[in-house]
Amino acid sequence: MKNNSRRGFMGKAFGAVAGVGAVASLYAMKRSWDPLPSVKAAGFTTLDMSAYKENELVVEKWRGKPIFVLKQSEEMTKKAQENPKDIERLIKVGDAYFMVTIGLCTHLGCIPGYNSEEESFLCACHGGTYDYTGEVTKAPPPRGLDIPPFKIDGMKLVLGEEGPEYKKMKETGVTL
Amino acid sequence: MAHFTKATSLHDWLNQRLAIDTLRRVLATEYWIPKNINFLWAMGMVLAITFAFLLVSGIFLLMYYQPNVDLAFDSVNYTIMQEVGYGWLWRHVHGVAASVVFLVIYIHMFTGIYYGSYKKGREMIWLSGMLLFVAFSAEAFSGYMLPWGQMSYWAGMVITNLFSGGSLHADGLVEWIRGDYVPAQAFLNRFFMLHVLLIPLAIIGLIVLHFGALRIPHVNNQDGEEIDFEAEAAKYKAGDKANSKVIAFVNDFMSKDMMVVSIYLIFFFYLVFYHYDFAMDPVNFDPANGLKTPTHIYPEWYFLWSYEILRPFSTNVGLIAFAFAQVIFFLLPFLDRSPNAVPASRRGLFKYWFWAMLIDMIILTAMGKVPPEGLFSAIGFYAALTFIGLWIALPFITKFEKKV
Ligand code: FES
Repeated sequence: MKNNSRRGFMGKAFGAVAGVGAVASLYAMKRSWDPLPSVKAAGFTTLDMSAYKENELVVEKWRGKPIFVLKQSEEMTKKAQENPKDIERLIKVGDAYFMVTIGLCTHLGCIPGYNSEEESFLCACHGGTYDYTGEVTKAPPPRGLDIPPFKIDGMKLVLGEEGPEYKKMKETGVTL
Repeated sequence: MAHFTKATSLHDWLNQRLAIDTLRRVLATEYWIPKNINFLWAMGMVLAITFAFLLVSGIFLLMYYQPNVDLAFDSVNYTIMQEVGYGWLWRHVHGVAASVVFLVIYIHMFTGIYYGSYKKGREMIWLSGMLLFVAFSAEAFSGYMLPWGQMSYWAGMVITNLFSGGSLHADGLVEWIRGDYVPAQAFLNRFFMLHVLLIPLAIIGLIVLHFGALRIPHVNNQDGEEIDFEAEAAKYKAGDKANSKVIAFVNDFMSKDMMVVSIYLIFFFYLVFYHYDFAMDPVNFDPANGLKTPTHIYPEWYFLWSYEILRPFSTNVGLIAFAFAQVIFFLLPFLDRSPNAVPASRRGLFKYWFWAMLIDMIILTAMGKVPPEGLFSAIGFYAALTFIGLWIALPFITKFEKKV
């Protein structure tokens, strides 16, 4: 009887040690798959906003992802101003308004193409469309193109840092 | 310790230490196979051989392949294809086998469904087989990444995005799987590891389980007849081979199996030498470019049906439908409530269910390949609904089936 309980105790003690070891190694395995610090550190890009032309889409690169920069023409800005939801999506740098979004469809991540005459984007994968502010105009994409974290710095835009304008967009639900 | 005697021969020496006679008896000469089975039952052997081809050709590709985002594309398309002696052969064997293996898996699965080989004591065979199917799918997907072409990159992008769970926005999980914000070096390395080590290990383990699961219920037969294997084996061993309902796996059944395998191999090498391109997507001959999407993204043909179930719905519903399609086949033995383990043709409504399911999956496959526009997306939508509907109907139509 005494022996039995002693064995039982040893069994439980071993179980406890093994359990701790298993949890610790699972944690180590999880951490090993995390993005490396060097990958994370490379996550900033600075754009010079004075270089863009009106209604001409430029694709920049940030964190390996395409970034759409579309300087709005006066007429586009006016159109957007009529609809408060649209103007909220634009970023004002100096006197001009810009659409700056991650160029990956919010459906499954294809890159939509821009048609400057129709001022709209078409995602060929499943036929989603967006307007010139990056707002979705036809499903399947569940929402407009995402706006990357940005900070306005004079005529420059730093991607990867969260400035007050970006934080506000996040709060109001303009972007994720 | 066992008692060892001085060996009379090498055979005897090994036999005392490894029991090779017992092993041969259990695995081969006294492993009983029913007589009344047709060529569809040879698909297991066809699969085993195809897997062996994949393994051997993979080992040769592995010697020259470079798991590096800058070198991977050229190591496959230049080094292996142009420089390595017969490198093209290994690549074509590997590519064709990876595609054909799914064709045979599907035949194997639908044979099992048609003859009710998942029922009454054979559930474990079905479940381990479905696990194998999942493992092969993961193996195929991770292998597809390795040449680091355009389709590799964008398939990696789209498939890993599925893990964000639609509106759940688990983007952290997606980045964790990739080890980066987009598919990049970390992603290529870990999928390389999965493809050459972890998943193959799992597959080998599952194959052992799948074979082991067959040992006690034994293989089903064309009439779904319940055979008393012990009694029939006794007849066979007593020399009454003509009246016994079973034969030994080796040599009796093997000779028939190998006949089917030979015909298969002719077809297989015809593809390897003359039509290898059917297994290679032209888009994947462009190097990966993270700033340009191919106009039309589709998976390899064997994933098209489940891809098409995802596509016609909005993101969240699509994901749920997709998840449904992935797990529902596992539940087949439990959803089919009929007591009969006989061919579908002798059952009630199930015989229509079987053909409806098969045709529906072929339609889904075809629709998954074409661009999602107009009539095609409508057909795809209804085919996806039909797929789900058929599974929901299954327990009801089988419940009232009369015992035959
Ligand atoms: S990925 Fe853009 S519509 Fe599906």
